[in-house]
Amino acid sequence: MAPAILDLLQRELAPPDGEASISHRMLVLTVPPVEVLRIARRMASEFRFDLFLDVTAIDWPHRTPRFDVVYHFYSTSHMIRVRLKTRVPEADPTIDSLVSLYGSANFMERECHDMYGIVFRGNPDLRPILLYEGFVGHPLRKDYRKEHEQPLVPYRK
Amino acid sequence: MTRPRLDTRVHTPLPNPVRPAFERGARDESVVVNIGPSHPATHGTIQVIAALDGEKVERVDVHCGYLHRGFEKECEDHTWHNLMPYVDRLNYCSGLINDFAYCEAVETLMGVEITPRCRYLRTLLSEYSRVADHLTCIAASLMELGAMTAFLYLVMIRDYIYEHLADLTGARVTYTYGRIGGLARDLPVGWLKRLAEILDQYEMFVARIHGLMDRNRIFIDRTRDIGVISTADAINWGFTGPILRSTGAPRDLRRDTPYLAYAELDFDVPVGIKGDNYDRYYVRMREMDESVYMIRQLVDLLPEGPINVDDRRCTLPEKRLVYTEIESLINHFKLIMDGPDVPAGEVYTAHEAPNGELGFFLVSTGGGTPYKFHVRSPSFVHMGGVHRMLQGYQLADIIPTFGSVNMIGGECDR
Repeated sequence: MAPAILDLLQRELAPPDGEASISHRMLVLTVPPVEVLRIARRMASEFRFDLFLDVTAIDWPHRTPRFDVVYHFYSTSHMIRVRLKTRVPEADPTIDSLVSLYGSANFMERECHDMYGIVFRGNPDLRPILLYEGFVGHPLRKDYRKEHEQPLVPYRK
Repeated sequence: MTRPRLDTRVHTPLPNPVRPAFERGARDESVVVNIGPSHPATHGTIQVIAALDGEKVERVDVHCGYLHRGFEKECEDHTWHNLMPYVDRLNYCSGLINDFAYCEAVETLMGVEITPRCRYLRTLLSEYSRVADHLTCIAASLMELGAMTAFLYLVMIRDYIYEHLADLTGARVTYTYGRIGGLARDLPVGWLKRLAEILDQYEMFVARIHGLMDRNRIFIDRTRDIGVISTADAINWGFTGPILRSTGAPRDLRRDTPYLAYAELDFDVPVGIKGDNYDRYYVRMREMDESVYMIRQLVDLLPEGPINVDDRRCTLPEKRLVYTEIESLINHFKLIMDGPDVPAGEVYTAHEAPNGELGFFLVSTGGGTPYKFHVRSPSFVHMGGVHRMLQGYQLADIIPTFGSVNMIGGECDR
C-alpha cells in the first residue's frame, strides 16, 4: 500500500458534498453523479489510475435514489485500487460514460446497462452484450424474479 | 411453491438476437462475414462479425453472451457456501483459482484469517491450476495451427494434472474444493510424491514443445507480428495477465499486490517484446516454468497443521461429531441451511488468474446469502478489446489470435 497517495487522493478528490473512507484497505469515494466524469478524468490524467477495472450497480429497491453505481480503478504505477460510488434515481438512471477515458469501459457499461438499465450518457454503443435483442427487463434488478421467463427467440425462416 | 408459468402469449416476431454494429464494410467491394458462435475453430461460443477487404479484416464486431446463465442472479439466491460449485464453473480450466479468490473475499468480509497450511496449500494449488490452464491454452492454440504432436504432448501432461487433482478433490475439472475458512480436505497420502513425478514429466515434455515450436518456421510465420498490441493500448482496453505482460509490462498481481503466500516466494515475471501472438505463447510457456519453480518451493515450505480455521461461524464441524454431538449437529445444520453469517459490508478481492485479474465484488447486508455478487472476469474485458488485435490482419489470423487470448466462455458470459 502507498498511504501517501491515498491521503492525497482523499484530500484532492473527495468533493465537499461527497465522502471518503477506507473499507477493507481500499479507498472508497462517494460522489454525486455529476462529478463522476470529472473525478475519473482527474484520476486518469493526474493520478495515473490507468486501468479501468470494473463498473457495476447495486439495486436497493426501497431506497431513494435506488441504484448505486460502483466503479473500480487500478493504478499500475501506485499498485492500488480505488472504488468510486455514486447514486442514481430509478426515474432517471443516467450517468456520464467513461468511454472517452478508457476503451474498456465500453463493454462493461454495456453489461451494466443490460443488467440494471443504467444509461451511460455518451456511450455510443449500448446494445445488449450478455443478453439479446428483444430481452425485456433488467435481470439483476431485485424486482426481476429469478423464475421469470423471456419469450424465446423464434427460428428464422 | 407455485410452478413458474410458461409464457405462452403470442409475440410479434423478435428481431435477430444480435444486431451487428455494421451492415456493410467501408467500401463497395468489402464483404461482411459471420464467424461463430458455434465454429469448430473457436473454442468458446463467440460470434465475430467481420468486414473483409479481400482476406484482410477491416473491422470486427465481437458478440459474447451465448453462455450467459444468470450466474450472478443465481448466487444472490444461494448461501455463501452453497454457491461454491457455481464459482468453479467460471474459468473451468482453473476452477481452484476461482474458489480461492472467492473464499478470500468472503473471509475478508468475515475477518477470518486462514491457517498457515491452508495458505501455502492454496498457493500451491493456484500455481498448479495455472500450469493446467496455460497447458490447455497453448495446446489448443497450437492444435488450431495444425501442431497435433504438440497438442497431444501438452494435453497428456494436463491430463496427469487433472487426474492428480481428482485424487485430491474428487473431480477432474469442477472441484468445489475451497471452503470459507479453509479447504475441503487435506492432501491424501503420497500426493506430493506423485506431484514431483508429474513436474519432472512436465519439464521433459515442455522441453520437447520448445524444440518443436520455438524456431518452427511455420509457427513463426503464423504468430510473429500477428495480433500486435502495444502496452498503452492494452492498458486502455483493460487487458491484464499474460496479454498485458506480452507487451513488455511486468504487471502481475502476485508481485504487485501480494496475496496468499506469494510475498515469500522467489519468482520472475516473464514479459514479451511486442505483444504479438508469439510473445503470448512464449510468456505462457515461461510462466508455467515459474509456476513449477514456485510449486517446488511451496512443497518445501508447506507446514503441518490444520487446514481449516477453528471458527464456528464458517467452518463445518467434523462429520464424526455431527453424528454424535447435538452442538455440532445444530452447527452443521445452521451453516448449511442458513449459511455463514457474513457481516454487512462491501469487498473487492482480486487474484491473478491465468487470464488476468479475476475480481470478486461482494456486498453483504448481513446474513447467509450475498446481497450482490459481481465478478470482474478477465475474459469478458478482453473480449471488449480483442478487436484491436484482429483488425488489420488476415481472416485466417483470427483463429491463432483468438487462441492466444484464451477466452473462456464460462467466466466471460457468466
